[in-house]
Amino acid sequence: MIKKNERVDYETRGESLVVHIGGEIDHHSAVEVRTGIDEKILAERPSRVMLELSAVDFMDSSGLGLIMGRFALVKQYGGTLCVLDPSLAVMKMIKLAGMERMVTILRSKGKE
Amino acid sequence: MKNNRVDFSAAVENEMRLILPSLSVNEGMARASVSAFCAQLNPTALELADIKCAVSEAVTNCIVHAYREAAGEIVIDVKLCEGRLIQIEIRDRGCGIENVKQAREPLFTTDAAGERSGMGFTVMESFCDELRVSSRPGKGTTVTLLKRLHK
Repeated sequence: MIKKNERVDYETRGESLVVHIGGEIDHHSAVEVRTGIDEKILAERPSRVMLELSAVDFMDSSGLGLIMGRFALVKQYGGTLCVLDPSLAVMKMIKLAGMERMVTILRSKGKE
Repeated sequence: MKNNRVDFSAAVENEMRLILPSLSVNEGMARASVSAFCAQLNPTALELADIKCAVSEAVTNCIVHAYREAAGEIVIDVKLCEGRLIQIEIRDRGCGIENVKQAREPLFTTDAAGERSGMGFTVMESFCDELRVSSRPGKGTTVTLLKRLHK
């Protein structure tokens, strides 16, 4: 039941850096996850960062901080950030915070 | 505040206490334990997800704000009451909250640098039927979450 929850993978798609995050995003995992993501983003400065969150089965408000923090980081050098295929747990948080007005949410074909 | 205030006098049918040090690694354990205990009432998956999330917010507040990442003790009391009512009390002996009303406002945070979203209390309020916060600066905070499950 209790697992090492942070799973992060990176994939380059053209101009975009896709960051696949899975498992549980809470305060504990967010602190660990963001360090790795920020190193990668600052090293590559991709014009678009896509946070792919389809495999996130738990997220609390720490996840909102994680998304907004990366949004701010990417914006600093003129890049854009979007959320790709958010799971139900992620979407529930995003809606509660009214964050869909700030961050672009994309859905892959078949996951609409 | 919702109109149907929860009846605190409901008889307790089962209860548990969890005492844990304020380490962030315990956040997952705390919400999983509370959720496992509540599972005996056969809640829906959605109800359990709400409980996990609300507990996670409350425990994170203890670690980040009450104890400011220093050592401390968090006590969680879960009571399953008649009428499928769940009462979860999360207590700390941390720094306390100067202005509870302000702390409960959406997006209010004292720790923007730590990437806190300021949505903790809003999540607890939205995912439960009632949220009570009592705090004494320098003494600590008690957060009580009330959740009534479907019949």
